[in-house]
Amino acid sequence: MSPEIMSNIFVFVLATFVGMQVIQRVSPLLHTPLMSLTNAISAISVVGSLVISGKGETLLSTVLGTVAVCASMINIVGGYLITYRMVKMFKKRSPKKS
Amino acid sequence: MNGSMIDSIYLASAVCFILSLIWLNTVKTSSRGVIVGVVGMLLAVVGTLLQPSIEHYLWLAIAIVIGSIIGVPLAMMPMTAVPQRTALSHAFGALAVTLVGSAEYYLRYASLAVFDMSTLCLEVFLGSLTFTASLMAAGKLQEILPSRPVTYKGQNIVNLGMFGVALVIGVFIVLNPAGSLAIKILFPAMIVLCMVFGVALILPIGGADMPTVISLLNSYAGLSASMMGFVLNNKLLIIAGALDGSSGLILSIIMCKAMNRSFMNVLFGAFGQVQASNAALAQRAYRSAGAEEAAELLRTASKVMIVPGYGMAVAQAQHKVRELFDMLSGQGIDVRFAIHPVAGRMPGHMNVLLAEAEIPYDKLVEMDNANSDLPQVDISLIIGANDVTNPAARYDKTSPIYGMPILDVDKSRMVMVIKRSMNPGFAGIDNELYYMDKTLMLFGDAKAFLTELVKELSSNR
Repeated sequence: MSPEIMSNIFVFVLATFVGMQVIQRVSPLLHTPLMSLTNAISAISVVGSLVISGKGETLLSTVLGTVAVCASMINIVGGYLITYRMVKMFKKRSPKKS
Repeated sequence: MNGSMIDSIYLASAVCFILSLIWLNTVKTSSRGVIVGVVGMLLAVVGTLLQPSIEHYLWLAIAIVIGSIIGVPLAMMPMTAVPQRTALSHAFGALAVTLVGSAEYYLRYASLAVFDMSTLCLEVFLGSLTFTASLMAAGKLQEILPSRPVTYKGQNIVNLGMFGVALVIGVFIVLNPAGSLAIKILFPAMIVLCMVFGVALILPIGGADMPTVISLLNSYAGLSASMMGFVLNNKLLIIAGALDGSSGLILSIIMCKAMNRSFMNVLFGAFGQVQASNAALAQRAYRSAGAEEAAELLRTASKVMIVPGYGMAVAQAQHKVRELFDMLSGQGIDVRFAIHPVAGRMPGHMNVLLAEAEIPYDKLVEMDNANSDLPQVDISLIIGANDVTNPAARYDKTSPIYGMPILDVDKSRMVMVIKRSMNPGFAGIDNELYYMDKTLMLFGDAKAFLTELVKELSSNR
């Protein structure tokens, strides 16, 4: 196995652990915004889509890549925007200190 | 721009994503979390566009604009539609991953090593099944498709068979990716089979299981993005995908625990078929009351616990609940909300709805805390929740929900249930609670009944 693959596996395993630790601390109150946010983050596939589409190697790859960019952008814009709307709702009437 | 510069941008982006999730831990820091998440994504996109291999910007620009235009209305959906919107966005994510994986395969099949080919296959495998499964879930949640479980004899064998065949095809492709059989037939066949499998997987899923299934699909979508990172040798993709994957996994574990079920049981158990014994049970005696009597009783209480469920979402009653909350709080009554982890159709669904109605979030109580408070509560008011309050889960070993942690509303001094009729709820299980002496059934649409209740409370005091 090449060192590149090994270091990628390292990154994957460690990132999963970080994810587990961080997510476990999220209050159940915010589980819906959490899912919307991670959904927007997983639209990171836009990176791969942009490369495939932007290289323009074959017609097939360009078309598939362009549709993928479109789908990822929907999730980025939609995901962050709705998460922002949600967390604002939680804040709007924050608990009174009395 | 050179490679290490781009890598530094990607590193900064990954740090942003992790910070984003850390700040989402509490309501106070949550909007900062979203903003840093946006920054992370911007960095990722800019870093990618700076790559020298990208030459054609026109199509990219068009795709980005179209995607953004579609994304905005999807973000403006009402909070009651958030579960189906989330399922839909899982589908978009999975679609992108599948398309990129396919494009990558047809560009590079001649030069892909075994490891890369395996991750590519896994990426496309997960992506295509998540795509159709998420579309199915969204269709069921939107009730375009029948939301009751669809089952037939031998279903599990058929499903596992499809899964097995797709897996075998995957292995064949990995072993000989450049063969014309793989290119022309096997690869497309694997995608189609996985798509059919995705549909078949969701057919037997009922509404009560949606929180678990949505979380699981979330996990798959993340994992497939991570696999794309392996194929493209891009660590940012691996990290962001792994974060999403672990988040979905943790949420599905929480949901499973809250229903006392295993993954296997959720996916292959076809929960929620109507029990045959219901007819006999439905004949039993119960007490019911109108809005006037209910208002009278609520006025004498000092502690009220409201238990919302999916019925509140369906009736869009959250704003009426807020009026009731204001009315009762104004009369010095302590009103709080007991939230079961699987109430609604996705994790945290009830919290978001109540937040939308501007109910202060410190009034929302998690299950364990609610259960230690419930014995001191004068009135539990159940709005559109059913199975999560069924005491049979504690003692009736024959009940399908036996062992599921529930909200012990039967321990409060009095119980009121707003419900359309005595028909059993979504899971088709009769609820013992409704026949208890301390229980008062309030029949009607949640929104309509609450409107009347608020009117009664405000008039004759």
